Amino acid sequence: MSSGEAPLLLDVRKVDKQFGGLAAVKDLSLQVPHGALFGLIGPNGAGKTTVFNLLTGVYRPTDGEIHFDGRRVDGRRPYDIATLGMTRTFQNIRLFPDMTVLENVMTARHLRSRQWLADAIIGTPRHAREERATRARARELLGIFGLDALRDEVATNLPYGSQRRLEIARALATEPKLLLLDEPAAGMNPQESLALMDLIRWIRTEFAMTILLVEHNMKVVMGICERIQVIDHGETIAVGAPAEIQRHPAVIEAYLGGS
Amino acid sequence: MGPLRKVVALVGTIAILAALNHVFESGLGDFQINPYYARIINLIGINITLAVSLNLINGLAGQFSIGHAGFMAVGGYTATFVTVYYGAAIAGLVGGTLNGGPGTFVVMAVSLSAGALAAALAGLLVGVPSLRLKGDYLAIVTLGFGEIIRVIILNIPAVGGATGFTDALPITTFFWIFGVAIATIAIVRNIARSTFGRALSAIRGDEIAAEAMGVRTTRYKVMAFVVSSALAGVAGGLSGQLFANPLNPQNLNFVKSIEIVVMIVLGGIGSITGAVVGAATLTVLPEALRGFDQQFPGLRMVLYALLLILFMIFRPQGLFGRRELGWTWLRLPGRTKIPVALSDSADARQHTGRRPTDRRSTLGGSDTDE
Amino acid sequence: MDTFFQQVINGLSLGAIYALIALGYTMVYGVLRLINFAHGDVYMLGAFAGYYLANALNLDAHPSVLYAIGVTIGSMAICAVIGILIERLAYRPVRHHSRLTSLITAIGVSLLLEYGGQVVFGATPRFFPQMIRSETYSIGDVQITNQSLLIIVMSVVVMFALQFIVHRTRIGKAMRATSYNLSVAKLMGINTDFVIAFTFALGSALAAAGGVLVALAIPRIDPLMGLMTGLKAFVAAVLGGIGNIPGAMLGGFLIGLMETALSATAYSTYRDAVAFAVLILILLVRPAGILGTSVTEKV
Repeated sequence: MSSGEAPLLLDVRKVDKQFGGLAAVKDLSLQVPHGALFGLIGPNGAGKTTVFNLLTGVYRPTDGEIHFDGRRVDGRRPYDIATLGMTRTFQNIRLFPDMTVLENVMTARHLRSRQWLADAIIGTPRHAREERATRARARELLGIFGLDALRDEVATNLPYGSQRRLEIARALATEPKLLLLDEPAAGMNPQESLALMDLIRWIRTEFAMTILLVEHNMKVVMGICERIQVIDHGETIAVGAPAEIQRHPAVIEAYLGGS
Repeated sequence: MGPLRKVVALVGTIAILAALNHVFESGLGDFQINPYYARIINLIGINITLAVSLNLINGLAGQFSIGHAGFMAVGGYTATFVTVYYGAAIAGLVGGTLNGGPGTFVVMAVSLSAGALAAALAGLLVGVPSLRLKGDYLAIVTLGFGEIIRVIILNIPAVGGATGFTDALPITTFFWIFGVAIATIAIVRNIARSTFGRALSAIRGDEIAAEAMGVRTTRYKVMAFVVSSALAGVAGGLSGQLFANPLNPQNLNFVKSIEIVVMIVLGGIGSITGAVVGAATLTVLPEALRGFDQQFPGLRMVLYALLLILFMIFRPQGLFGRRELGWTWLRLPGRTKIPVALSDSADARQHTGRRPTDRRSTLGGSDTDE
Repeated sequence: MDTFFQQVINGLSLGAIYALIALGYTMVYGVLRLINFAHGDVYMLGAFAGYYLANALNLDAHPSVLYAIGVTIGSMAICAVIGILIERLAYRPVRHHSRLTSLITAIGVSLLLEYGGQVVFGATPRFFPQMIRSETYSIGDVQITNQSLLIIVMSVVVMFALQFIVHRTRIGKAMRATSYNLSVAKLMGINTDFVIAFTFALGSALAAAGGVLVALAIPRIDPLMGLMTGLKAFVAAVLGGIGNIPGAMLGGFLIGLMETALSATAYSTYRDAVAFAVLILILLVRPAGILGTSVTEKV
């Protein structure tokens, strides 16, 4: 890590989000350093996906600031934020339904490819070159995820676990610095979850990736995250290493219900 | 396709078109094409351009626009205006006249280019505000713009107003019509197979996911809209300068827009082949039923409407769905074929899910939050 | 100043028609998320139904308020049935298809009614009999005919009646539930098919009433009369907030006033474009409409 980089890749400062009268997120701060494997957990309805939506520009915070890679990003459009290096997967898988596995990943290469519309219309050599490069890179990624053999299948025809992996592959195709995974283990059996844990660790090492993970599956969270933040009712109730979190009284109360 | 093959294809196409054009306009030996059939063939060509260009925005990008006739009007009137008021001067510049030959060729080229540009500009002006909306609202807004354009044109005496642009000079030929049609097909096909095409498909499939993957959704929707409008404008220029076919605001209303929509819906939204087949069928069908129409006046249009409804109920994906008929030599090597997928699969999500800018209130007037 | 008030009265009369039709649009959209393009044509059918009924009762020769009411109710009943039939035969089969498909189907039905109307009734306009003797009342220099007054009063009455039905009756509650979430409403035991049919019937009846009332004031009717009027009424519904009943009323009156105002100026030939310009502006500036509320999606 060079000394020129900001110490934090993601710096969320006291962010609020109101929907009408409802406060979904209150005074939330979140710090993710470069290369971290960071978990965000909380009971159902705690606001975890709302946080993701705020980070990626789907929602605009009512108050507070979000800094990513040294730049302020709150209020920016999702495609800008993706171009800056933050990508995500979705809680309810959002693959492109009419497109093949390969096309799904190739689409994500869009922001890293250099073409003008005129190139496409006329069919210049540059266009052909870019298309080949995009296809090659996409196939490379699919190969890593073991999905290359299925590349011509309609993406939504794949089994559930493969679709989840495809979504992650697609996100990686945008060459992010920060990968947001929204409940990647949802609907997985214990074996698949173990494989997923390996996959996530491997991605972190192989791609020098920073990962922020929202997850309900405690085994996965405690198993791979180095640092965990717990939120409930839109507010932070604890931050720390897995061992601390497991013993934290406020966390236990939030999950098991208090008085 | 290597550059040499492309040049050969281009030259070959032009040669074939020129030859066919000659047969069309002047006959071959003793054979003269029946003017009635000639006219139908010409109309098919124009409708192909209209349908395929609409398919770019409705089919590929999944944005439902029903104002296409408005862009046809803008482009058509501009093109015709250029020819009528500046045609002689332009022909004179290259030492020609408006009676055929190179002079007329140049005039036509300039005229259509002007039409394309004007329509593209109109597309930009309409697209930028409208494409932020989704689904039904976008449809209605495009319809609205189409009507506004029509009303404005109605009030311009220099282009004929309510009687139509009858001053137009009939310089449209088979060559131009089908040259443009083939070019339109090539353009839309090339876009579809490019990174832009994928971006548009992604926008159609899941706009939120597309944005999250870095696709600049509004920009691309507008770009597609501008290209689509420009092509419609060229079709308008061809149509208005076809013999005995002057542009008239009464004919360029939303019923015309809907006719074009019906062509691509019947053929299969999202399929270029479908658009071509739809355009041809729906140009020929009213003519074929003309005899029937004389026997039972008005019933033809009733059948037309019934056909539309029945198709929607029993075969909403149209004849081709999203499939194309490919000719192997036109395929890029290693190119994967888009599998058949009902356009419903993307749109079904629209039905059950709600979109961020989908503003509507429920009947009781209050909103609920989730 | 008197001309101003005269224009206001004219605008309100025109607006009341749009309001009546807009109410039907807004109800159907609220419950089904469907823009019923054919709604304007039901208005036309209402006028024609009234025409045939009035002629059967020979009202031209013997105008009678009582029979006029009968004709109106008769027309409303006929169109209610037509509305139910349209829903059952054309819209229900495509209900679970994409919204695009439903929209195109609606356009198809609209075309069917228009062209069918031309075949059955003939394209030449008919003249609606005078069901009640026309009278003009004056306040100062401002004049209003009894027909215009009737239209305005009727539309306001209808709006209150609808509000009552939607908010104070069981069927209204069922309608609201269906509009929030059709599948859940079904699970709660609501007969959604019936609710939808009822909504269509009600909306169509209102459109029919609009058709008859308009024909009283402007006796010339033809099969294409619903096209433009229907579109403008839809704009009115969107302006007021689609799905919102008082909104439809408000929108209708506003569009009527705007059109009348424009007709009085030098730009009267742009009259038809007014509604669309308003539509575009509203959708860009405040898509929820004046009285509507926006709902954000959960991602």
